[in-house]
Amino acid sequence: MTATITRNVKAEAGDDVRRRMTWRVRLRHDKSLIIMTLPALALIIAFNYLPMFGTVTAFQYYDYISGFFASPWAGLDNFRQLFRDANFWHALENTLLLSFVQLALYFPVPIALAIMLNSVLSSKVRSFFQAVVYLPHFFSWVLVITLFQEMLGGAGVLNHFLRINDLGTWDVMTNPDTFKYLVTAQAVWKEAGWGIIVFLAAIAGINPSLYEAAAADGAGRWRRMWHITLPGMRGVIVLMLVLRLGNALSVGFEQFLIQRNAVGAGVSEVLDTYSYYYGVVGNNYGVGAAAGLFKGVVSLILILAANKVAHALGEDGLYRRSK
Amino acid sequence: MTTTSARPVWEEKPTFLGQLGKGGSLAVVLLLILIPLYCVIITSFSTQASINEAGGIVIFPAHGLTLQAYSEMLSGGVVTRAMIIALGVTLAGTAVSMVVSVLCAYGLSRQNSLGHRTILLTFIVTMFFGGGLIPTFIVVANLFNGYEQYWALILPSAVSVFNILIIRAFYMSTARDLIDAARIDGAGDWRILWSVVLPTSKAVTAVMTLFYGVGYWNSWFNVMLYMPANESKWPIQYVLYEYVNQGAFMPGAPAAHDVAGHAQPAPLALQMAVVVLTLIPIMIVYPFMQKHFAKGALTGAIKG
Repeated sequence: MTATITRNVKAEAGDDVRRRMTWRVRLRHDKSLIIMTLPALALIIAFNYLPMFGTVTAFQYYDYISGFFASPWAGLDNFRQLFRDANFWHALENTLLLSFVQLALYFPVPIALAIMLNSVLSSKVRSFFQAVVYLPHFFSWVLVITLFQEMLGGAGVLNHFLRINDLGTWDVMTNPDTFKYLVTAQAVWKEAGWGIIVFLAAIAGINPSLYEAAAADGAGRWRRMWHITLPGMRGVIVLMLVLRLGNALSVGFEQFLIQRNAVGAGVSEVLDTYSYYYGVVGNNYGVGAAAGLFKGVVSLILILAANKVAHALGEDGLYRRSK
Repeated sequence: MTTTSARPVWEEKPTFLGQLGKGGSLAVVLLLILIPLYCVIITSFSTQASINEAGGIVIFPAHGLTLQAYSEMLSGGVVTRAMIIALGVTLAGTAVSMVVSVLCAYGLSRQNSLGHRTILLTFIVTMFFGGGLIPTFIVVANLFNGYEQYWALILPSAVSVFNILIIRAFYMSTARDLIDAARIDGAGDWRILWSVVLPTSKAVTAVMTLFYGVGYWNSWFNVMLYMPANESKWPIQYVLYEYVNQGAFMPGAPAAHDVAGHAQPAPLALQMAVVVLTLIPIMIVYPFMQKHFAKGALTGAIKG
């Protein structure tokens, strides 16, 4: 322990000395560290920053041959066309609706699962349960939707059972009216199990003596959950909520793309699929990029705003206030 | 957590109804996940007779099990090629991602090193704002000529800033004392990374390898974006999408060569075999990684 402390003191003293060195000396000293970051930096610049500057497409009549640099400028024409397109507003409406349904029906599931699993005493049961519920997180969307199709689709297990018992059929997979619940069910099946990890960690961080004191004061099982477990998870719950709200405009892109043929574009069109079909498939890169830029800017505002709210509630949120 | 913890003395005895409700709910959750997997696996091994009798997906195979669907799928043709492509992309991509991420995480792990704050900020900005789908597509397909190139499935998504931050947090907390000690002993940074940091952070390396690997194995939209028309370049996920999910007719599937007297595997069994094949690599790697989740992924994610 003392050894660690002296070492840290030495390291900190070293940092102070280093701060007073000229950048030439520092460069020689930290050269290898900087070189190590270069491959990642190059990839980030090529595939994240270049596309960021590529958003100029949203202000161009982009054509494939002229590229970014020679395509004629369009001013705000692409946005004018975008905002006049009823399909765009429809996609935005779908996005918000699906986001809201998922927030209401998906968000509480991992919290409830984590609290329930935490009350299981047998470690064998716990680790088996965790091993099983984490698994679907590692499946692709194509696989998950195929599984749903084989279970609930027109030729699936459910409808076969209904048919042989003369109960009619119930084709969940192609019904546009229930699509929002279907995709939420798929999201719960795939991700809710994995989602419990952070909540389990939060519960594990709660001081057990709090429970003992509460029990001594006569608080029952449910009161302890309400007054100790849930407040103990508050920080993580707020963090997850901030992330969820910040991503309100990105609801499962692949999930909708895969099921588009089954339920139709009417209910499955979200901002991302709109951008894809308008831009890549329809060759209208300018409008597609304008939709993407609109989404990017609104998402940025959402995440900053959600984080502000988290700070107002006295939580850390996504990043800390001062550092 | 390895042994069963006893019930604390102050806790009240559970009621029978409560136990029943809890056990029941946990069992339902488990069954909801396991039943679909069981059905798909069993159907892929089923004979045509079992499938006819069940009228589709098989739950109780009445007429024995067969490997026919798999020998058909793996004896060359679309699925075999797609498996090899997917494995190749996954191995190459994971290698690139891990080397780049580990180097970068270590490069950013020392406080007050020159430029580390600026570089870190450059990475973090991309978590909040991105160019979006269309500009990325144009950069990859048009600017770098990545259309129908395998690297287009790897390089654009090779770096995950989130993963780098997790690895970095791990190096800064767990391995810190060892790094400081090695530095005082005069070891260079490459040396420290190779013989001090990597051997002591196997958990985070394992978990990140799994995350990247699964990402490449599961990638589907990249294929739709960069090589939708070139069937000979499709990895297994896209084959699953096109021939099983969307029900397109698979070239080289049994109907194409009807040999009299030769028992053909059932079409549904073939489709389910494709599903199982996409599952297998995950099922193989998963048990080895599972024990690291709590340790590796968590400490990093929460503290990061």
